[in-house]
Amino acid sequence: MAEIRIENLRKEFGAFVAVEDSSFVVRDGEFLALLGPSGCGKTTTLRMIAGLELPTSGRIFLGGEDVTLNRARERDIAFVFQLFALYPHMNVRKNIGFPLVAQGVSKAEIRSRVEETARLLQINNILDRSVSGLAGGDRQRVALGRAIVRRPKCFLMDEPLGTLDAEFRDLMVRELRELHNRIHATTVYVTHDQLEAMAMADKIAVMNHGIIEQFGTPQEIYNRPATMYVADFIGSPPMNFLRFRSSLQKGVRSVSVDGVAIAVPEVHQDMAEGELALGVRPEDIRFSDASALRGAVYGSEYHGTNQIVAVEMGNGLVKARVPADQNFQIGETVGLELNHSKLSLFDCASGRAVASSRYAEAHHG
Amino acid sequence: MSSVNSAHSVVEPGAMSKRIAASIVIAYAVITMIPLVWIFMTSFKSPPDSISYPPKIMFQPTLEGYCNLFTTRTRQTSEYIASLGTPTSTCDETTRSRNMVIAGPSNYWPRFKNSLLIAFGSTFLAVSLGTLAAYGFSRFRVPLADDLLFFILSTRMMPPIAVAIPIYLMYRQLGLSDTALGMILLYTAVNVSLAVWLLKGFIDEIPREYEEAAMIDGYTRMQAFFKVVLPQATTGIAATAIFCLIFAWNEYAFAVLLTSGEAQTAPPFIPTIIGEGGQDWPAVAAATTIFLVPILVFTILLRKQLLRGITFGAVRK
Ligand SMILES: Nc1ncnc2c1ncn2[C@@H]1O[C@H](COP(=O)(O)OP(=O)(O)OP(=O)(O)O)[C@@H](O)[C@H]1O
Ligand SMILES: [Mg+2]
Repeated sequence: MAEIRIENLRKEFGAFVAVEDSSFVVRDGEFLALLGPSGCGKTTTLRMIAGLELPTSGRIFLGGEDVTLNRARERDIAFVFQLFALYPHMNVRKNIGFPLVAQGVSKAEIRSRVEETARLLQINNILDRSVSGLAGGDRQRVALGRAIVRRPKCFLMDEPLGTLDAEFRDLMVRELRELHNRIHATTVYVTHDQLEAMAMADKIAVMNHGIIEQFGTPQEIYNRPATMYVADFIGSPPMNFLRFRSSLQKGVRSVSVDGVAIAVPEVHQDMAEGELALGVRPEDIRFSDASALRGAVYGSEYHGTNQIVAVEMGNGLVKARVPADQNFQIGETVGLELNHSKLSLFDCASGRAVASSRYAEAHHG
Repeated sequence: MSSVNSAHSVVEPGAMSKRIAASIVIAYAVITMIPLVWIFMTSFKSPPDSISYPPKIMFQPTLEGYCNLFTTRTRQTSEYIASLGTPTSTCDETTRSRNMVIAGPSNYWPRFKNSLLIAFGSTFLAVSLGTLAAYGFSRFRVPLADDLLFFILSTRMMPPIAVAIPIYLMYRQLGLSDTALGMILLYTAVNVSLAVWLLKGFIDEIPREYEEAAMIDGYTRMQAFFKVVLPQATTGIAATAIFCLIFAWNEYAFAVLLTSGEAQTAPPFIPTIIGEGGQDWPAVAAATTIFLVPILVFTILLRKQLLRGITFGAVRK
C-alpha cells in the first residue's frame, strides 16, 4: 500500500481545460472520494493517476516515487471501471486471475489466490461461471476481485456503483467500506453521489469545472464548506443562503440580514462592502415566534421522522428541517431562529467562505 | 434492450405478412439455386446427355465428367485398347469405352491448389493487416485519420481491373507475373481496404476499457491486443475473412491476365477444359462443382459469425 500525492495536476484537451492545477494527498490506507457533477473532470483525474492519460502538467507520486511518466502497467495500481470491463471470453476465475498471469505467478499460486479473493468477496460459488450471465452485484464483486487479487499499491474506482439499482447500491456501499476496513488499501473512489461519498470516505475532494473546491473529511466538508458551490452541492436539501450587502471587520460577531441582527461566529477577516451570504443548514433552523427574522410558510414535505418546511423570505426560499409533529398552514407567518454557532458567511463575488472562529476550528483538529 | 422501440425488437409481424415474406424468400432461393442444381446434375451426365435436346432431367448418372476433369486422355485404336488387359479403375473403364486411354493427370488439381493457396493466403494477409490497421485507426490519434480512411476506401471506387495494364507491366518488370506470391499480394492489396473499413467498425464497438484494464493489470498494449481485443473481434474477423475469401476465390480478370502456367488459379483454367476433345460440359460442370466446395464449407463453418457480421455489429452487446 502506498500514499498517492498529486501536485498541480492539469489536463487540457485542446483548448478545453478538463482538470485545473489540482493537488492533494491520499495517505497510506486512506479512502478518498472524488465527488462532483458530471463532466467536472473526475474520470480524467483518475485516469491520469492510473497512467491512462498523460497530464498536460503537474506530477504524480505513488509511495513517494514520481510516476508521472510511467506507463500504466508499471504503476502497480488497480482500476475498477464504471462498466467493470470484465472480459466476456473468460469465466470468473480467469477474469480474477488475469492480472496474476501477467506477473508470471505459478498456476497453483494463482489458483489459491483467486480462491482466497473469492472467499473474501463471497463469490467462490460462481468461480466457474461465465461472466456474461452474472447479475450486477456479482459483476461488481468480480471486478473488485480482479483489483484486489494482485495486492496493488492502491485502488482507483470510477463510479463502480453507477449502474446498480438503488437497493443494491446501499448493500455494495457497505460491502466496499467493510472491504476497505479489512484490507486498508489506499483508494480513490469517483462518484457524483454525495451520500455514497459521505458514507464511505475518510476524505472527500469536491470538484467542479476541473477545480478541486475543497478537500477534507466528510465532517469538514459538511460543517465548514469552503465555497458556496460545496455548500450547495452537499446536503439534501442543501445549505440555505441569506444574501445581504455589508462590509465586515475582524472581530465582528453579528450581521444584519433584512434589517434583523443575527449573531454569527466571530469573523476573522476584514471585508470591503459587497454582497455576502449567510449560510445555514436546514437542520440549524428552528421556528420561534420570538424571532424577528420572519417569513411565510410556502410548503412542506413530510419525511417521516422530520419534515422540510419551505419559508418564503424577502431573501428567497429558505428550507428548514423540523420535527414532523409540528403543523403549519400555508401562508402562515413564522419566525426563524438560527443556530448561531453553526453559521457560515460567504463572499458572493468569489464564492469563498469568510474566515471565522467556526472555520478556524478546522485547523486544530 | 427490453424497450419496445429499440432497433431489433420490432413488433411481431402478422401471420399473413410472414407467409408472404416466406414465399418471397423461398422463391428467391429456388431461382438462385436452379443454375447450381443444373451444374451439379450436368457434372454427373455423360457428354451426349449433357448436350441432348430437349435437356434431360432424368438420366443415367456417371462419373465420366469427373474422370475427364482429372485426367488427360489420348484416342487409340480399339486393337491397342483390347491388348491392354483388364481396366484398373472405373475411370479407366469409362475412358476405354470411348476408345481412349488415360495418359496422365490433368492440370485441374494443381490449379485448384493454386486457388487455395492464393485465396487463403491473401485472405489471411488482408485480414491480419486490416485488423492491425483498423485497431490503429480506432484507438490512436492518427494524423489525418479521416483523409487516410477516405483514401483507403477510394481505392475501392474504381473496378480493380481498371489498373490491370499498369499492374501487368509492373509485374513483368518485378518478375511477379505468374507467381503465387504476385497473386497473393495483388488480392491482398484489393481486399485490405474492405478489411480495414469492416474491422474498424467492429473494433470501434469494443470498449477501450477492456484494453485499459489489461494494461493496468500489467500487460503491454500488444499483449492486451492479442489477449483481450482479438478474442472479442472474432465475429468481425470471420465476417471480413469470408468477404475477402469470396473475392479472391472468384477473381477472374486478373487471374487470366497475370497467370498462365505455374500460378494459374482454377477460374481461368475451367473454361480451357471445353476445348479438350469436343464440348466436354460434364467435365466443366464437375470442375465448377468442386470449385464451389471450399467456399461452401467455409461459409457453413462461419455462418453464425457471418450472419452477425452482415448486420455490422448492430446485434452486439
Ligand atoms: N479524450 C478527451 N478528449 C476531449 N475531451 C475530453 C476527453 N476526455 C474527457 N473530456 C472532457 O473533459 C471533461 C471532463 O471529463 P471527465 O470524464 O473527467 O468527467 P467526469 O467528471 O468523469 O464526468 P462523469 O460524471 O460524466 O463521468 C468533459 O467535459 C469531457 O467532455
Ligand atoms: Mg466519469
